Amino acid sequence: MTLAATLGSDLLRALLQGTPPGTVYALIALGFVLTYKTSGVFNLAFGAQASISAAMYYKAHTDWRWPILPALIVSVFVLAPGVGLLLERLVFRHLRTASSVAKIVVTLGLSIAVPSIFELVFQFQGVAGRTPEGIVPNGAGVYYDPFGVYPFSRNELMTMAVAVTAMLGLAALFKFSALGLQMRAVVESPRMTELNGIRADRVSALSWALSSSFAGMAGVLIAPRFNTLAAPDFFNLVVVAIAAAVLGKLVSLPRALVGGFCLGWIIALLGTFLPRWSRTQTWLRPFQENLTPSVPFLVLFGVLVFWPAIRRAREASDPLSGVDPPPSSVGSGARGASRPRFSRVIGLALLVGIGVIVFIRADTSWIFLVTQAVVMSTIYLSVTVITGLAGQISLCQGTFAAIGGFTVFQLADRHGVSVLLAAVIGAVIAAAVGAVLSLPVLRLGGVWTAVATLAFAYLFDSVLVKISWICGGGTSLLQGTRVPRPVVGPWDFADDRSFLVLTVIVFIVVAFAVTQIRSGTVGRTLSAISGSEVAAESIGISPARARVTAFAVSAFIAGLGGALLSIHQRNVNYGSNFSPFAALFWLVLVVSLGARTVQGAAQAGAAFSLFDTLILRGTFMGWILRSSKRIPEIFPINPKWRFVFFGLGTIQFARHPEGLVEHGKRQMRRRVDALRKRRTGSGGSIDDASPVSTPQPSSEPSNETDTAVVPVGETTR
Amino acid sequence: MTELLRFANVSAGYGPFRALFDVSFDIQPGEAVALLGANGVGKTTIARVATGLLAPSSGTVTFGGTDLTGAAAHRFARAGVAHAPEGRSVFATLSVEENLRLSFRRSKGRAGVDAAVGQAFELFPALGQRHRQIAGTLSGGQQRMLAMARVIVEEPRLLVADELSLGLAPIIVDEVYRNLDRLRQHGCALLIVEQHVGHAVALCDRAVVLDRGRTTWIGPADQASERLVRNLFQTESPMENSPTE
Repeated sequence: MTLAATLGSDLLRALLQGTPPGTVYALIALGFVLTYKTSGVFNLAFGAQASISAAMYYKAHTDWRWPILPALIVSVFVLAPGVGLLLERLVFRHLRTASSVAKIVVTLGLSIAVPSIFELVFQFQGVAGRTPEGIVPNGAGVYYDPFGVYPFSRNELMTMAVAVTAMLGLAALFKFSALGLQMRAVVESPRMTELNGIRADRVSALSWALSSSFAGMAGVLIAPRFNTLAAPDFFNLVVVAIAAAVLGKLVSLPRALVGGFCLGWIIALLGTFLPRWSRTQTWLRPFQENLTPSVPFLVLFGVLVFWPAIRRAREASDPLSGVDPPPSSVGSGARGASRPRFSRVIGLALLVGIGVIVFIRADTSWIFLVTQAVVMSTIYLSVTVITGLAGQISLCQGTFAAIGGFTVFQLADRHGVSVLLAAVIGAVIAAAVGAVLSLPVLRLGGVWTAVATLAFAYLFDSVLVKISWICGGGTSLLQGTRVPRPVVGPWDFADDRSFLVLTVIVFIVVAFAVTQIRSGTVGRTLSAISGSEVAAESIGISPARARVTAFAVSAFIAGLGGALLSIHQRNVNYGSNFSPFAALFWLVLVVSLGARTVQGAAQAGAAFSLFDTLILRGTFMGWILRSSKRIPEIFPINPKWRFVFFGLGTIQFARHPEGLVEHGKRQMRRRVDALRKRRTGSGGSIDDASPVSTPQPSSEPSNETDTAVVPVGETTR
Repeated sequence: MTELLRFANVSAGYGPFRALFDVSFDIQPGEAVALLGANGVGKTTIARVATGLLAPSSGTVTFGGTDLTGAAAHRFARAGVAHAPEGRSVFATLSVEENLRLSFRRSKGRAGVDAAVGQAFELFPALGQRHRQIAGTLSGGQQRMLAMARVIVEEPRLLVADELSLGLAPIIVDEVYRNLDRLRQHGCALLIVEQHVGHAVALCDRAVVLDRGRTTWIGPADQASERLVRNLFQTESPMENSPTE
């Protein structure tokens, strides 16, 4: 009798305890669903939008000592909708016809760029240890205990009230109002909405303002739960909330709300009862600590993989998308042979020159940076394979790299295996994990592949990293994860210069392998699939096999690179190197500079490690001016600018999937060609810029000459 | 200026691709005009320019005496141009009733929506029975009926209908044409893009024959078939061909 009573009261307490975090998940899930419903964008930047409003509120209320109301108005009803309108006007209006994968890459870039822009503009620094205040006076200090079991703070009650009201309000908006109907219509087809006499642009702008305000509101409400206001925290929360939103197939507001609450309850129940069970069931103990934080990611991963309705829920395509000019082909742009060979030779000579100078003249810190650049380039080649060749977005490359790093740490530090051998073993393990993971994940396709890989990355982050035989567990937090440098015969790579040589050799080998894959059967198969999966299947290509290969190869490269990075830093440094949010920046960098080519990966590696020192601190300018004293005063530029530059760089991914550098080169080539053509006065060959024109009938009754429309090639025949 | 729609030297295209070259024609109020020609001659492009979906690269488009060149599609719609585009022309994610409401809310005002929806369901009882069904799950014929219901109740001044019979059973095609005829009798002008020349010729007063982005012939609809056949045979072997007119 008493046992049942205790169990009952424990159950009630757990449920009540789980309600406040559940409300937070529900609130974010609602906002996420709202954005998806009204804009059709799988908006991973939602957390960034929430975080800047929270930061604005903190700045106004705590730093500037504004009263609550004006601070709330400025952060939620001015800044947030303003940001939404800007994003719509400058970014998403131009991406309507872009693929959902391109859009998700853009939102990733934005989730890195937007908080950095805010921090730069308002000179805001994520604060540690100072808990932001809520929107009710003394919100964290006054408690109400309706059941005598668990007390709720004012802040928590306010959040709950807002979440439920918002769900009802939004449901009513979509159910009963003309605006809600128009918003849903615009998502499906802006042009068809226009045909109904409705201004699609205006509706879409309103949608963004509304969903962004909602993000802001959510951010301000949940900020008191954090003791910092760092963007990664909000990003994590969005990933958790996606689990709740997915339960409603991303369109049902009530289900998102219930999903959020359920997550909160499950976590609280496990937190209450698991310790009790593990007292008798000892095998549960290792899971006890780690299971609770990983629940949302387990749920997300499980739902995506085991709930086929998600995969089948394809977006309704816009029947009028044919009105727009076709998007630039993903596989387009094989460059001609002659000029690139020339420029390749010059580029290679330049690179070798720089390499020699670095090798002979550079001091320790420069050697460190250059080595890091080379290692990062190797890791980025894994993105080249999975995104550039296979056209898939993987957000767990950091995890594969970490597997490489941790394997070297385990084998070399604990078991005395040769370091280089351990690195290769690490890469093989990463490849195996990648191959296994790819089986359920890759058949999801598009956005869902990205989300499932993200869920896997967070699963690794929240559970596996803490297990001692995998990633060192708790001891590694105190002692660090030591990774020695290799010694091979007479060569001791503890010397930084020789290690640089080693990394360069590894990079060259991997780069060569990638180019071979690209031009080989796997590469051709992948490019066929990215052209049209159906057509590829109809000629007997198995997309699954090609993709699993690509995923495994990519994981191998990432694992190898991760091992090298750990060896280079003599420590795995999981948090700063490989954590899911840190690894997002990798993708953003590679995609904005060039995900197709080895060169793009190399440039991304250089940008990652040298952009700050070389460009932002003005060192390069100093070299040009031939004195460090003459560097203009605007240097050093805040290193956060690189997040802004490269984050915003992803915006062009939708239109120029080949990347900024490659695009720039092609533009230049076109100009040179055009100039040359004008000089010689006759048409040259048809290059990839030449307009496709309808051939004109020679039997045309009219006497007009069609000089403007005859294909360029025709005139030279 | 009596004409309802007027194309004057209109050229248009998609990105670098040019699909129309100096097309000129007009439609009188209440008149039915058929656009005829083989695949890829620019019929759909003309329909898109006539409804504001595509802005012409040169030339002017006037509707009811107002210059609407380059105006957004919603301005064409507000001026009284309705468009039933090729393929699916309903919102697949909205229900049947929501599809109708979306359109009537603007054209009939808040007060007139219910009456207009009722009228649509009276005309097409089958739709009324399925008013809560998601439009994407309707059959092709039912989707066409939904699009027609919307247009008939809205009473536009001009309907631009693109390949209305595409993929439909003959019996439903007849139904569609009966409805088009009903629209005409209410004074609505029609611009019809159709590969079923027989149907189009029977309904229309005049025809515009297109070839490779240009108008090659404009005249009474009943003479169009002959002209179309001649066009086809002329372009079959352009090498031996010499201009005959």
